[in-house]
Amino acid sequence: MLNINDILETVNMIKQENLDIRTITMGISLFDCISDDQKKLEQRVYDKITKSAQNLVKTAQDLEGTYGIPIINKRVSVTPMALVGANCDKDGFVRLALVLEKAAKELGINFIGGFGALVQKGMTRGAVNLIDAIPEALASTDRVCSSINVASTKAGINMDAVKKMGEIMKETAYLTRDRDSIGCAKLVVFSNIPEDNPFMAGAMHGMGEPETVINVGVSGPGVVASAIKREGACDFSHLADVIKKTAFKITRVGQLIAYEASKRLGVPYGIIDLSLAPTPAVGDSVAYILENMGLEKCGCHGTTAALAMLNDAVKKGGVMASSHVGGLSGAFIPVSEDAGMISAAECGALSIEKLEAMTAVCSVGLDMIAVPGDTSASTLSGIIADEIAIGVINNKTTAVRLIPVHGKGVGESVEFGGLLGHAPIMKLSEYSSQDFIARGGRIPAPIHSLRN
Amino acid sequence: MKAVVTVIGKDSVGIIAEVSAECAKHNANIVDITQSVLKDYFAMIMLVEIHNMKTEFSSFQRELSLLGERRGLDVRAMHEDIFNSMHRI
Repeated sequence: MLNINDILETVNMIKQENLDIRTITMGISLFDCISDDQKKLEQRVYDKITKSAQNLVKTAQDLEGTYGIPIINKRVSVTPMALVGANCDKDGFVRLALVLEKAAKELGINFIGGFGALVQKGMTRGAVNLIDAIPEALASTDRVCSSINVASTKAGINMDAVKKMGEIMKETAYLTRDRDSIGCAKLVVFSNIPEDNPFMAGAMHGMGEPETVINVGVSGPGVVASAIKREGACDFSHLADVIKKTAFKITRVGQLIAYEASKRLGVPYGIIDLSLAPTPAVGDSVAYILENMGLEKCGCHGTTAALAMLNDAVKKGGVMASSHVGGLSGAFIPVSEDAGMISAAECGALSIEKLEAMTAVCSVGLDMIAVPGDTSASTLSGIIADEIAIGVINNKTTAVRLIPVHGKGVGESVEFGGLLGHAPIMKLSEYSSQDFIARGGRIPAPIHSLRN
Repeated sequence: MKAVVTVIGKDSVGIIAEVSAECAKHNANIVDITQSVLKDYFAMIMLVEIHNMKTEFSSFQRELSLLGERRGLDVRAMHEDIFNSMHRI
C-alpha cells in the first residue's frame, strides 16, 4: 500500500498549499478556416473551435473529480489570427475577435489566446491590420487575449513593431479606461515566443503544431514555499534539492492530468509547462518562496540570485517528471497576481528596475505591472525594447505586459479582480526615450544567433 | 481500479464505522486501512476497490465529503493514480 505520509503530503499540498493544475489549454489549428470571404471565415473559425473543444470543460471537470485536484482554468489557444485572417482589414479583425469571444462563451472557457501576430522581422499587411485592431478588439471582448512577437534571437528586434506596440498599449488603456485599462492585461509583447505555451495572455497555437493538442500548465508556488520553510536553515546545495524534489512531484501530477485529458478527449498530448504560477491568494506566491529563502522582502539585494536558483531547480526537478516539457517553464513574477510581489511593491522594496533584472533569470518578463496613465507611448516602447533585448541577447523568452492605468498616477493603486489581482502604480524614469524609439528599423540579431 | 479515502481531523467515536458504512452503501470494497492518532489529531487512510461500485464515483465522493462536513472532518476520495504518480518513479 501507499505510504501514509506520502498520501497525507499530497492531500496537504492540495488542501493547505494551493496545489492545483493551473490550466488545461487546447491548441487548435485554424489554417483550414482561411477564406477570402469574411462571413465564411468567421463561421468556419467559430465552428472549428466550438466543435474541437466541445468536451474540454466537461472532461476537465471529470478529471478534477476523479483525482481530487482542482483544475483552475480551461482554455483554448488558436493559430495566430494575423495568419488566419491575412486578408482582413482592421474591422474584419475586430469582427474575428468577437467571433473568438462568442466561441469562448459557448465553450465556457475563461480565456482564448491567439489574437496575435509574429512580426519579429517585419509586418505583413494582415499583421499591421491585426495590430491596429487590437485596442478595439480587446475593449469589446472579455476573454480574447493578444500576443505579438516583436523579436527573436535569430531575427533581432523589429523596432518598428516595438514603437507601434507602445502606441497600441496606450490606446488599449484609453479604450478600456472605464475599467482601469484592463484591456492591457490581455495584451503581451514577446521576444522568442514559445509556440506551445498554455498560459495566458501569451498562449497561441504555433505553426508547427498538430491539428489539435493538449498542453497543461502546472502550478504550486505555495508547495515550494512550504517545503523551503520546513527545511529551515540549510545551505544552497540542499535547498536546490528540496526545490527539485518538490517540482518533480508537482509536475508528475501535471503529467498524469495531461495524459488522461489527452486520452479522454482523443487529442494528442503536447507539453507540460513547468511553471510556478502565483495567484493573489495568500500562500500562493513566488515572492514568498524568495522570502522563505532568507530575503527580508522580495526585491532586496539577493533577489535575482534567489530567483535564478529557483528557476533552474524547478526546471531540473520538473524535466524528469514529464515526457515533454515546453511552454514558458520556470517561475513567473507577475506583480499584481502575486500577494508577496504586491506587498513588496507597495512598501517600495520592489522597483521596476529590480523587476527588469529579475526577468533576466525568470521564465518570462515584466508582467502585470501597473504604470502611470500619463506614461508616453515612447516610454512604453522604451520599456518593451529593454525587456525584449534581454530575451534576444540571452536566447530566452521575455515578455512585457504593462497596464498604463488611465487617469491614475504613482501613489495610487488599481484593482483588476479575480486572478488578475491588484497592484500599486509603479514609478518609471521621468526622462524621455522618444528620439531613440523614433529611429525605427531593426536591431540586428546578436552574433550568437549564427550557430549553424 | 482503486481509490484512496483520507479522513483527517479531530478524533471522535465512530469515525471508522461511519466511513466504512458509506463505503458499503456504495459497494466500495475496503482492501486496506491505516490510521494514526497523534494527540487529538486523527488521520485514516483507506484503500478501496471502486470498479464494482453501484453508484458514480462522483456521488461517492460527494457523500463522503458531506459526512466529513457533518462531523467536522476532512474526508476525500481520490483515484490512487495521483499518489502513485507523485510518489513513485
